[in-house]
Amino acid sequence: MSEQNGQKDTVTLTIDGVEVTVPEGTRVLDAAQRAGVVVPYYCYHPGIPTRPAQCRVCLVSVEGQGKLQPSCVLDAQDEMVVHTATEEAKLARKSVIEFLLVNHPLDCPICDAAGQCMLQDYAFETGQLESRLDEPKQVMGRDRISDDIMYFADRCIICTRCVRFMREVAEDDALIVAERGHRAYIDTFPGTKLDNPFQGNIVDICPVGALVHEDFLFKARYWDMDSASSVCPGCSNGCNVAIDTKENQIVRLKPRHNAEVNSYWMCDHGRKHLVMANRGIRAEVPLLRGEDGELRPADWAEALETVAERLGEVSGGRAVVSPHDCNESLFYLRRLLDRMGIDGGSFTVERGEEATLSGFPKLKLRADRAPNVSGAEIFGFERADGLSGPEAGAALVVLEERLQGAPAELDDEAFGEDASYFLYLGSRISPAARAADAILPVTSFAEMQGTFTNWEGRVQRFDQALREPGIARPAWMVLSRVLELMGEGEAVLEAADAFERMVGDTAPMEEATWASLGLKGAPLAPTAGSGAGGA
Amino acid sequence: MAYPHRHENETTTLLSRHMGEEKARHLDGWLERGGYEALRKAVDMEPDEITGVVKDSGLRGRGGAGFPTGMKWSFMPGADDDRPHYLCCNADESEPGAFKDREIMRWTPHLLIEGCLIAARAIRAGHVYIYVRGEFFPVIRILNDAVSEAYEAGYIGEDILGSGWSCDLTVHIGAGAYIAGEETGLMSSLEGRRAEPRVKPPFPAQHGIFGQPTTVNNVETLSAVPMILSNGADWYRQWGTEKSPGTKLWCCSGHLNRPGNYELALGAPLRDIIYDVCGGIPDGRDLRAVIPGGSSTAFLTPDELDCETTYEGLKEVGSSLGTASPIVMDESTCLLKAMRRIAHFYAHESCGQCVQCREGTEWVTKILERIEHGEGKMQDIDNLYDLCEQLTGRTICVLADSVVFPLKSSLDKFRDEYEAHILRDTCTAS
Repeated sequence: MSEQNGQKDTVTLTIDGVEVTVPEGTRVLDAAQRAGVVVPYYCYHPGIPTRPAQCRVCLVSVEGQGKLQPSCVLDAQDEMVVHTATEEAKLARKSVIEFLLVNHPLDCPICDAAGQCMLQDYAFETGQLESRLDEPKQVMGRDRISDDIMYFADRCIICTRCVRFMREVAEDDALIVAERGHRAYIDTFPGTKLDNPFQGNIVDICPVGALVHEDFLFKARYWDMDSASSVCPGCSNGCNVAIDTKENQIVRLKPRHNAEVNSYWMCDHGRKHLVMANRGIRAEVPLLRGEDGELRPADWAEALETVAERLGEVSGGRAVVSPHDCNESLFYLRRLLDRMGIDGGSFTVERGEEATLSGFPKLKLRADRAPNVSGAEIFGFERADGLSGPEAGAALVVLEERLQGAPAELDDEAFGEDASYFLYLGSRISPAARAADAILPVTSFAEMQGTFTNWEGRVQRFDQALREPGIARPAWMVLSRVLELMGEGEAVLEAADAFERMVGDTAPMEEATWASLGLKGAPLAPTAGSGAGGA
Repeated sequence: MAYPHRHENETTTLLSRHMGEEKARHLDGWLERGGYEALRKAVDMEPDEITGVVKDSGLRGRGGAGFPTGMKWSFMPGADDDRPHYLCCNADESEPGAFKDREIMRWTPHLLIEGCLIAARAIRAGHVYIYVRGEFFPVIRILNDAVSEAYEAGYIGEDILGSGWSCDLTVHIGAGAYIAGEETGLMSSLEGRRAEPRVKPPFPAQHGIFGQPTTVNNVETLSAVPMILSNGADWYRQWGTEKSPGTKLWCCSGHLNRPGNYELALGAPLRDIIYDVCGGIPDGRDLRAVIPGGSSTAFLTPDELDCETTYEGLKEVGSSLGTASPIVMDESTCLLKAMRRIAHFYAHESCGQCVQCREGTEWVTKILERIEHGEGKMQDIDNLYDLCEQLTGRTICVLADSVVFPLKSSLDKFRDEYEAHILRDTCTAS
């Protein structure tokens, strides 16, 4: 509508009676979404550049045009009047569903996609109850198209999203449509293998159950799963993910859209990484070293009072943290360390090879394989190649061992033996922790709320996906209570309070509220790492 | 059958004049026959002038759709658009029943080359691709030889005939898919992808091969261009009708005494083509059905043969001129079987992009097969009618529609055949 300098930059059209104004060049399908009108689609995917308009399920009626038009490629124009639910359009949609089901095995009861399948949804919505098909169905079988992805050809609707993702986003021509017509199926290019660090995305974008992760195969039904918004801890990129859980076990990670971080995608390293979180024996209750020199369980009240009392006597020492700790925990630890007169502190980061998603280069599997390296640096901890034990007679505070591959020094039972007082907060009890004077069980990131600061200073929130084991509590909660007992402020029980106190008290971070942070995060911190704060 | 068929009734020999003459294949022989005179004329003309002559001649696309050629050329951007322009000659002749382009290329390759170059000049193309069907082995050899000759003699390449105008020509060999004959499918194939048709708009004239302005013309269309340019639009209009001027190669096949290629002025009644030009039906059998324009056109019954064989005339009787490739079926033909065979072809050739076409053509084939095997139900006829509706006008290209034209017409006109198979498991063919 707005006309500036004779340059028209928006158009206004009517979709199902709703007037909507969109930027020029917007397709009718996208405009319909803005108008709140649901137009079904299969082949279109907002993250894939090409729109082949081949599924023909988004056909709509446009006044003045004789034929139904594919709304995914139709440019919205001024005064265009679109009807998505004319008898003709509804019939066309219904017939597409019927055609798709002609050779579909209808094996929903054993299909991983059941419950979140676009074919199931539209068939339920627009399809017919009875089949007119008298012919035997074509059977094509299944195949492993990579080491970890299975392809069920009979379920496939040849929307070619997977082929186009690999070609246009991953820029790896690994997948093709083989054969043609009703014999068409998805395959790897002859002589090549599907072996790409981002290939897992083809499973996510498959609108039906044709592409399935072997890791997830038959593991959970959609309606039995819970899902939490989270941030992938696999590297410092901070991809937004959803953690799907079943019976308090992580079953899979799926990317969550964030145009600033990861678009619709994530890497396979991230996907596989977190399954490890299900493993291992967890610290479930506080342990205190008794007078007999043995660790014994204690309740939180006793444990916290004991720890607060002992820490009050400490002056100087050393701290070791993990780049897997969240910002809030590191913030409260820094305050505690200040109180104890301990400067600095160190952490180690596992490093790995980088991999970039060509079609969305901001999504990179980054060399730092931990989610909060920037956060650790903001709170004054330094990256170290290895860890050495404390000087004799000094205190040692360890917050969370790394999720996997702890350095040998930390595993060494002798680590920390010389400390005057050794406090260990962790979700697991590593061999090194056995020497601690007190072990306080804290939750892993999946079991609490908090925030991570990614490589470019974007602070992003994660929600709780799993129940905490035993009586473990988030480290920020535990530490704030210890501080309270030492006469330093009030304990916080909500992540929102911890976050807001943190941004208020941390100079390099911009102010924000938990609500304003939302589920997509915000760039609150200066870019960390080498050349911190720079461009 | 051997060439030429020029002694038959009512045939005209413009395009087919030199068919059967070995020497016409080579440059020397072609020059003796007045070859490249039209090109000589064209290089001195402005592009829009050439387009104007072709427009005036009323020449229509011979690939099946019958779109006015001059108008198609005029859709190309003008001289102010500095993107490279392309001409693509569609020599992927893949319609069952059609075998005219093959003969033009086989006997008079230089005619096509000349036509291509004139068209290229008209649309300001600097490169011509001739997309040839992969199975045309001898044709490809002949065409390549002719292209080499023409390059050497300076009819193609830099500074053509000293005019300062340059144009290259490449013979591109397809891999034999029906859908590569659809203009956007052809462009995809030429770019090295699967021959999958593309959504229009954007139209080829704006966004064709490699994203550049492109015109795709049929072999027969381009081959008619040199004579139009040499003799003028009015001269060409002495054949055919007002709306369908000129001559057309007819590929007559099926139950005929003299099947083959015949060049005829547009408009001759189909009955004359079958009974006079092609000598009627063998052994005095009766005619049962004709598909007039290649397998994707609607069946005609014997009492519909008096229609005028023009683009409009055949449309009037619910069929189409298509590629002017009548397939004649006598009374011994089981039309269900014929239809099943046609449906099978389209199911096999569907590129598989659009759901309707991918699944629908195969479903139709399966139903027809089942009826043929005596397991049909009357409900199948209703279902086939309904599938015709679902396959029409909803896909990227018209391949799905192509199966509907013969299917729907066979259901309309030969319902007795379907019912005999379904109800009595017999055939009405004698």
